[in-house]
Amino acid sequence: MDALKLDGNAAAGLLQEVFAVEVTAARGTCDNCGAVEAVGAVVVYAHAPGTVLRCPHCDAVLMRIVTDGARYWVDLRGVRSLELTST
Amino acid sequence: MGRLNWLVADVIDAVPETPRVKTIKLDVPDWEGHLPGQHVDVRLTAEDGYQAQRSYSIASEPNRNHVELTVERIDDGEVSPYLTEELRAGDQLELRGPVGGYFVWEPDRGGPLLLVAGGSGVVPLMAMLRHRAAAGSSVPATLLLSSRSWDDVIYRDELSRLNGSGLNVVHTLTRSQPDGWTGYARRVDEAMLRAVAPPPGEAPLVYVCGPTPFVEAVASALVALCHEPTSIRTERFGPTGG
Repeated sequence: MDALKLDGNAAAGLLQEVFAVEVTAARGTCDNCGAVEAVGAVVVYAHAPGTVLRCPHCDAVLMRIVTDGARYWVDLRGVRSLELTST
Repeated sequence: MGRLNWLVADVIDAVPETPRVKTIKLDVPDWEGHLPGQHVDVRLTAEDGYQAQRSYSIASEPNRNHVELTVERIDDGEVSPYLTEELRAGDQLELRGPVGGYFVWEPDRGGPLLLVAGGSGVVPLMAMLRHRAAAGSSVPATLLLSSRSWDDVIYRDELSRLNGSGLNVVHTLTRSQPDGWTGYARRVDEAMLRAVAPPPGEAPLVYVCGPTPFVEAVASALVALCHEPTSIRTERFGPTGG
């Protein structure tokens, strides 16, 4: 499993498809443990049918994104907040 | 940066770096420029419509319309064998980007800079070093590059040219070493980082890129040496890349 572990950088393109802004430099707060990390620094598993982002501190699921190319299903329940900087 | 659009790039050249690694030089009309450390998504489409998509770090410094990707061939990969074996000058390639904003460095972020790479993890760090050199930045920088052998060192000649003027390039060769090699000959560990890295008191900005186990070992060793965890930025690539 560890060999398939990536980080938020690997999801940068997908996240920009969904949010239409650069998200990996944004800081997210984990709803489970309260840790604050840049999205680029969280754990990503991208080999499943969907992409799963997990907290690097408590391993809770932060975000799940599934797409069939035309539609996106986005589950953000593990993210308490996202702090984005306008550029 | 807004919505991502797929762009068609023209292949200008494909240059071998090592037996397994090639640099693909691209002209990308409508390229909006990039920051060192950012990457692009590359998409290949088969005749039957099947698509495969991979992310590759940009190797070149910011330069209008010109983008270089350095790609390592993964033998059972879907995309990298095509990019490294088949692609020729005059071909076209579909890509989008630049993407990413976390694993980036620009001279005004300061330093000192500590860059640690495993194998082709050197690619985004090379964009930083090329930008540093092109911008005439005096930010002190250290690159610790772990390669399997001397022949596997990506950008070997260019790194030796860039070495000096505030940049210290340190190699470690983990599998085989040339005759008379006096440098490091083991995996990156705490003792090596202690000897090579600026001391934690200088608050270096740290960028670590390589395969997941490499990145985790280096990041843990740096934290054990009392480097500030928030100053350590990491980028992992996995075996699924291909």
